[in-house]
Parts: sequence; C-alpha cells; structure tokens
Amino acid sequence: MHRLKSCLNAALASAGLTLAVATFGQGTQPMEEIQKYRKMLEEANPAELLELAGADLWATPRGPKNATLERCDLGLGAGKLDGAYAQLPRYFPDTGKVQDAESRLVTCMMTLQGLSFEEATKGWYKRESDLEALVTYVATQSKGHTIDVPATHPHEAQLYEAGREIFWRRSGPLDFSCATCHSQQGRRIRLQDLPNFLDTEDAKASMVTWPAYRVSQTAVWTMERRLIDCIRQMRWPEPAYLSDVVIALQVYLQKTANGGVMQAPGIKR
Amino acid sequence: MGKPMKIRARTDGQVTEVKILMSHIMETGQRKTQAGDPIPAHFIQFVSVTYGDRTVLSAQWGPAVAANPYLSFKFEGGQKGGTVKVSWVDNNGDSRTDEAAIN
Repeated sequence: MHRLKSCLNAALASAGLTLAVATFGQGTQPMEEIQKYRKMLEEANPAELLELAGADLWATPRGPKNATLERCDLGLGAGKLDGAYAQLPRYFPDTGKVQDAESRLVTCMMTLQGLSFEEATKGWYKRESDLEALVTYVATQSKGHTIDVPATHPHEAQLYEAGREIFWRRSGPLDFSCATCHSQQGRRIRLQDLPNFLDTEDAKASMVTWPAYRVSQTAVWTMERRLIDCIRQMRWPEPAYLSDVVIALQVYLQKTANGGVMQAPGIKR
Repeated sequence: MGKPMKIRARTDGQVTEVKILMSHIMETGQRKTQAGDPIPAHFIQFVSVTYGDRTVLSAQWGPAVAANPYLSFKFEGGQKGGTVKVSWVDNNGDSRTDEAAIN
C-alpha cells in the first residue's frame, strides 16, 4: 500500500501543471499564472523575428516585374503603413472588393510584382510563409493605433451583416457556432482564454493582439488562419483562403472591437 | 549571412539589462529526416556582446540551445544612448552582428 502511494505521488508530481489546472477548474487563479507567463514572454516574442523578415520581404524586389511592395496601397495610400492594419478590412474601389490585410497584400503581389495568385499564396498555411511574415510586419506598423472599422460603405455593411450571421448561426454536424465558445464570460480552452464578443472590452482585448505567435504551433497565425482553423474545428465546410466568408467574419469582429489599441504581434498558447 | 536579431537594452542608471532574440535554426545533428538521413548539426557556437570596447558577455554554445535563442543578461555600467553590439558565429562559419542603443 505504501509503495502504491509513493508511486501515485510520483505520478501526480509528473502530471504537474496539468493537474494543478484541472484542480482549479475554470477559476481565476490559473489565469493569473498565465498572465505572469505571458509577461515573461512579452519581450521574447519570436513573432518579432518574423516581423523583421517581413520588413525585408516588403522592400525586396521580387516577381516577374522585379518590384518591391513599397507602393502597395493598404487603404491609406500607396506605401502608407502606419495604422493601415487597424482600419482593415475595408472596401477597395480598384478591386471592387472588401479586403483584409492578407488579401490586399496578395493583390499587391499580383499587380505590383506580377506574381500569379497561386505564386502569391503559395504555402500560406506553412510556418514562416512569406504572407505570414508580411502580415506580421504590416500589423506591427499599426502598434498603438486604434481599430477603426466603421463598415459604412454598402459593401462593408453587407459583409458586416453576413459576418454577424455567420458568427451567431449554429450549423454543421456539431451544431456549433462561433458564439458557442465566444459569448460567455471568463471561459477558456486549455490555457487560452476565450474572448466574449458580447462584451466589447473583451473583443478589443482579443482583436488587438492578432496576428499572434502561437507557442503550441511555434508559428505566427494570421487572423485568416485563426478563423479558417476555428471553422475546421467546428466541422463546418472549410472556406477558401481569402474568401468572403473569412473577410465577413473579420469585418464583424473588427467592428465589434472598434476603439481597441493595437498591440500586435501578440503571443498565445 | 544570418538573419537580423532583435535587441533591447535598458538601464536604471547602474545596471543595464540586455534582452536578445536571435533567429537561428539551432539544429542539433541528432535528428533524422523521414528518409532516415541525418540532418547535419547547425548551431551558434560563439556569442559575444560588447559595450564600447568592453566585452560584457562572451559565451560558447552547443547544440542543446533551442531554436531562435533568447538571451537575457545584465551588466554594470552602460549609459543611456550608448551602443550594445551583439555578434554570433555558428559552426558553419556563418555570422551576424547587430547593435542597439541603450534606453
């Protein structure tokens, strides 16, 4: 019996953190510990390396036209990056579409550099892809800027409504909606707190940290990738990269988070 | 040539704290590809940090250091506006030097 007990103790000790978290359930104490952990990682965020790589890509001539992206218009004028990410998605008259940072960067890669859509989006879901680096760089240039997505243009308003509908509508084999996880206060999945989009403060706190480095994936995830994976986890049909579904959701989420001050790149579980 | 580092240096008037994030694959040489071929070791071997002509840190590293290494240390002295220079050399002879101002 004694032997069994010491075995059990050893097993419990090795279970360590997992067990402690399980014991506290969904209380507040683990969250304080997670905050400490995040604080420690704040100045060691590997996303900053990707940001440097993105800055390089931005200014390096590439593609058949051997051009840089420095003339890329992300909504505030050619080459103007300060605060541009905080005002996306928005409607662009030249493409006649509402675009987020990623789809706009792809447009620039196609028009300025002469790359095909396939070339521009190649390996977007892979670690340290060109697009991940570029989005990280562009988003970082909005640090300290306020999210401002009024969605007043008719096309934007239309996508906002669509995004809201998608967010709240339960469907798929699991009868899930985004709101199933994101409309309650103080819940989390494992060590990651889930923002409650009924609460604008919570929505702001979440949206200002994307794109973010995900420790569990050792990669920076863009909002597109985050949303597409959420949709996959809900067992809905997976939307295409840069498709209107993903952009509609972003219009809804960003508008809900209007007024939040950008801190990207964030760091998450 | 290696990829750029991210360096932060801050002083409280007496002690300067330096935080460095390096971009390096740090391959141990112990791993194999799916086909069973060994992946050659590729890691940072020497790190040195200088403040003016004074070396404030020098280190020899091995393959046990994780990818994209993070290094934080403190040294005495260091003036606001002064420059901290960080260099590394890896086992393939590749190197990188970056600097940052103390604030």
